[in-house]
Amino acid sequence: MIDPYKIREDFPMYRNHVMMQKKPLVWLDNASTTFKPDCVLKAVEDYYTSETSNSHRGDYDLCYHIDQKILETRQDIGKLLNCDPTEVVFTSGTTASINLVAFGYGAKYLKMGDEILLTQAEHASNVLPWYKVAEMTGAEIKFIPLDKDGRLTVDNLRKTITKKTKIVAVAQITNVLGYIAPCKELAQVTHDFGALFVMDGAQSVPHMRIDVKDIDCDFLAFSGHKLCGPTGIGVLYGKFALLNKTDPFMTGGGMNAKFDMCGEVSYLEPPLRFEAGTQNIEGILGLDAAVKYLMALGLDDINDYEESLKKYAVEQLEKTGNAIIYNAKSEAGIVTFNIKDVFAQDAATYLNSRGIACRSGQHCAKILISYLGVLATVRASFYFYTTKEDIDALADAVKHGKEFLDAYFN
Amino acid sequence: MIREIIMDHYSSPHHKGKPNNLKGYLSLHTDSVNCIDDFEVYLKADKGVVTDAKWEGIACTISSASTDILCDRVIGEKFADAQNIIAQYLLMIDEKPYDASVLDEALVFMNTGKQAARIHCATMGWSAMKELLEKEEKAK
Repeated sequence: MIDPYKIREDFPMYRNHVMMQKKPLVWLDNASTTFKPDCVLKAVEDYYTSETSNSHRGDYDLCYHIDQKILETRQDIGKLLNCDPTEVVFTSGTTASINLVAFGYGAKYLKMGDEILLTQAEHASNVLPWYKVAEMTGAEIKFIPLDKDGRLTVDNLRKTITKKTKIVAVAQITNVLGYIAPCKELAQVTHDFGALFVMDGAQSVPHMRIDVKDIDCDFLAFSGHKLCGPTGIGVLYGKFALLNKTDPFMTGGGMNAKFDMCGEVSYLEPPLRFEAGTQNIEGILGLDAAVKYLMALGLDDINDYEESLKKYAVEQLEKTGNAIIYNAKSEAGIVTFNIKDVFAQDAATYLNSRGIACRSGQHCAKILISYLGVLATVRASFYFYTTKEDIDALADAVKHGKEFLDAYFN
Repeated sequence: MIREIIMDHYSSPHHKGKPNNLKGYLSLHTDSVNCIDDFEVYLKADKGVVTDAKWEGIACTISSASTDILCDRVIGEKFADAQNIIAQYLLMIDEKPYDASVLDEALVFMNTGKQAARIHCATMGWSAMKELLEKEEKAK
């Protein structure tokens, strides 16, 4: 059972009673980033106060210790995702992970006439790398239509996929609408056509239990900072055989086995092949602490709790009679809405004036806007430390949304 | 009262729309990373006097109203006066000493600094107009 009040004791952002606009902060932008518990901060601090050294670079104990901790992080992520530690590549985040697949694999193997399937609900980081790779290779981008609620269905994938499809790249949970895609079935259909299934897990890995073997996805990308870890660290999971076929996106120290003056180079095996240069070691150690923290809370409990928050939020917002909700039916803890007759950005400023942090705009999913038929929306997103009181504060503000210009005058 | 001025310029802007005939107009595109604002600002001048100012595009309440009030304020002004009005407005937004006597309705944006994330919305039309005036002057 998730007890958000008890959990908040672990988070300095709550313990310190951070204020915004002289009001107690109501943080509802967790799809953007999340707060950090003490254990993560301590892991980062310890690295600089008692464990500093580089990895793979020395014969002394401190270096060995860091190598072991990095290995332990890969093992913990292996437990989180049910994969082998050798299939865990550290990157700077979801964007870097997807770029690595797109340029390291896609650019190498895609050819003129091949197809890459995406959806209209994808985040820019799962669209633009593919646009670029399509431009480089002559492959074609196609969009799997969403159903009337904005959901990606197996049927619609079946209708769109062809023998020419080589990559299907979709978010497991979309960042604006918050539907959970049926990835296991989608992966199966994708594989039936001989294509690869690439999963953007930025919004799913922090919020639900994921078994990459059960889903049978080929690649999975996620960020540390959205699951209470530090910024600038993320992961690419890839099936080992596929990682082995993937080119390094960056080359340099720490990823080669040997090289000579004739240009002969041999690279290390994955995952080290993709980790050129000194890694974000504080980030890796902080990520490990975050992953352990999440697993101790229990991903299934987190998921159940957020689903209940989502239902509560939809009820409360509907009760105001002043909200237009675009994703009432979706499962994840994301509510995308507008206040009636108030432009999204003006609504978000008004929420700011009441101490409430929400995202407004197009949420980096710029092609979804044509689907929703609005220019911009407000997004409230929850995590396991979100309380019903946070949602009540949001609903109360929405109720008084017509007074949005108060933000500048009160 | 202040709220009414902003809402009036937002819901029934006086100068929104692309000029029917672009001849004689200079234009500049302006947009924002943080907000959805994405619009053009148009300037027409004759003998060192602003004869028309317009804007067209997508904009939030703050950028719509501030740009529309800007157009009201600069039409009919000599370049130097128009530039001074813009300079005083930008000083006001920056919460520095400014000359309130030239700003008229634009004074409604006095408190924009309370919502720091929106300063860009309140100034993007004005900054674009400033650039257009400089361009027009150089062209002469």
